[in-house]
Amino acid sequence: MSIDKEKIKDVAKLARISVNEAKVDSLTKDLNSIFKFIEQLNELNTDKVEPLTSILNQSLRSRKDEINDGKIREKILKNSPKKNEEFFVVPKVVE
Amino acid sequence: MSDITNQSLSEIIDNVKTKKISSLDLTKAYIKNIENAKKLNAFVTTTFDLALDKAKQFDKKPTFNKLLPGIPLAVKDLFCTENTKTTAGSNILNNFIPSYESTVTKNLWTNGSFLLGKLNCDEFAMGSSNETSHFGNVINPVGDQLVPGGSSGGSSSALAADLTPATIGTDTGGSIRQPASFTGTVGLKPTYGLCSRWGIVAFASSLDQAGPMTKTIKDCAIMLEAISGFDKKDSTSINKDKEQYSKNLKDNIKGLKIGIPKEYRVDSMPKEIDELWEKGKKILKDLGAQLIDISLPHTKYALPTYYIVAPAEASSNLARYDGVRYGYRSEKGKDLIEMYEKTRSEGFGDEVKRRILIGTYVLSSGYYDAYYLKAQKVRQLIKKDFDDAFKKVDSILTPSTPSSAFKIGEKTNDPVSMYLNDIFTVPVNLAGLPALSLPAGVDKQGYPLGLQLIGKALDEQKILNIGYAFEKNCGFKNEIKKWWS
Repeated sequence: MSIDKEKIKDVAKLARISVNEAKVDSLTKDLNSIFKFIEQLNELNTDKVEPLTSILNQSLRSRKDEINDGKIREKILKNSPKKNEEFFVVPKVVE
Repeated sequence: MSDITNQSLSEIIDNVKTKKISSLDLTKAYIKNIENAKKLNAFVTTTFDLALDKAKQFDKKPTFNKLLPGIPLAVKDLFCTENTKTTAGSNILNNFIPSYESTVTKNLWTNGSFLLGKLNCDEFAMGSSNETSHFGNVINPVGDQLVPGGSSGGSSSALAADLTPATIGTDTGGSIRQPASFTGTVGLKPTYGLCSRWGIVAFASSLDQAGPMTKTIKDCAIMLEAISGFDKKDSTSINKDKEQYSKNLKDNIKGLKIGIPKEYRVDSMPKEIDELWEKGKKILKDLGAQLIDISLPHTKYALPTYYIVAPAEASSNLARYDGVRYGYRSEKGKDLIEMYEKTRSEGFGDEVKRRILIGTYVLSSGYYDAYYLKAQKVRQLIKKDFDDAFKKVDSILTPSTPSSAFKIGEKTNDPVSMYLNDIFTVPVNLAGLPALSLPAGVDKQGYPLGLQLIGKALDEQKILNIGYAFEKNCGFKNEIKKWWS
């Protein structure tokens, strides 16, 4: 199956990555060669195979569901590119 | 002792313990080497002041009973280090200063060592040549035109050039073993779950593992002992007692069964790789091991499976980079969605974007069954191949890589040819097994080549022991001329 430029643009939209029009061609070429490689898997009949969902022979541990804000607001906000005293700041969403 | 940095980690530890060298002098020796090796571009960040402080503190009140007493160490810039910038080789994290320490690095510091700096790597560990880093290519000390392997390329380069006595990398599809092979050093990818993933910048969570990169097997055992262990903060961490890998190191491998998988002989493989493999088999046989032909029939499907599973997980993991909470933000977007799109477009490099798009595509509605589910099924078959083989053998011997280090720029225009580098290393990650790459020889150009020992889950001690015996009898010496200083 081949992937066309429109499909690439759709997927880029889903991934929230803007793709420069000039790069769409080379990206389409690269992804098609990668998918051609990936599609070797179609040679295999896997109808009776269970998918592998965990590599460990143990189930995931659960922990108590406790409310814990960590009291580290300052630390968390420290790395944000734009902030006021207490919140993350994003471009205006509601007019 | 002007050449202390040539020594192995275990020799250096002995010298510190017997007070032949102070931690401060040791640290100064590495700092001098690092300052003279800027051409290699192995470091993204250096923390010399911190290291000198810690060394002085150690000398004032030495704790010689620790595993890594007063030892300065540089680590891959994928491990979050508290108050020290952590970039993952990406523009999107170029200003990120973690407020916490990864478990694995914390384990290093608890064992007596301290941070010398953060090592360059492929962006988000996606690459096999360290050519995708936002901070530039890393050069292999073996030759000024050669890649050091990837993604832990800064780690392999720094280690081989004596800029750190040992280091740690991460391995999702070969990112420790392939660079180790390209630089004539030892690299271990532990069993999935043996070392905590907490605080490591995530790439593909079901495959990622941290592991040691060292000059010798003994050093590797020491480092593994230091970093491994149960961590409740990692939901896939294995809860088991800690092992003393270095103390239990033995070189008697008589009677061990070594599997030789026929599928690891690929058509395009240079003759030298085949010869190296033969040499490896002979060494192990002469040491009393028994060679057994085995088959891992789904080997050729490992790489295509990997290029579905890893990008899918990466696409999910990297969704967090949105320019809101931390990292780079583009100022160009006029609304929220556009801000996300521009931030991610400007923040990520080409290879990372490519993989996010592959991952988003294979997980998208209508394609999930054809790609992701199919890959999960083939992953089951690959794991079963190993399960079956390990009923008959103790370990499996293969080449680490299909070639020696290649030239910078040689493979950057063809993603698939770059991916093929990991053909021998990827199956192990898919099956969650431990594997060791050990230096075994050189090709006709004099570039190092490695062999890989694969073990059963949690059987690190055995592959280290085989590696230990192999190392003593192989006669490989890494002869690197310091052309850069």
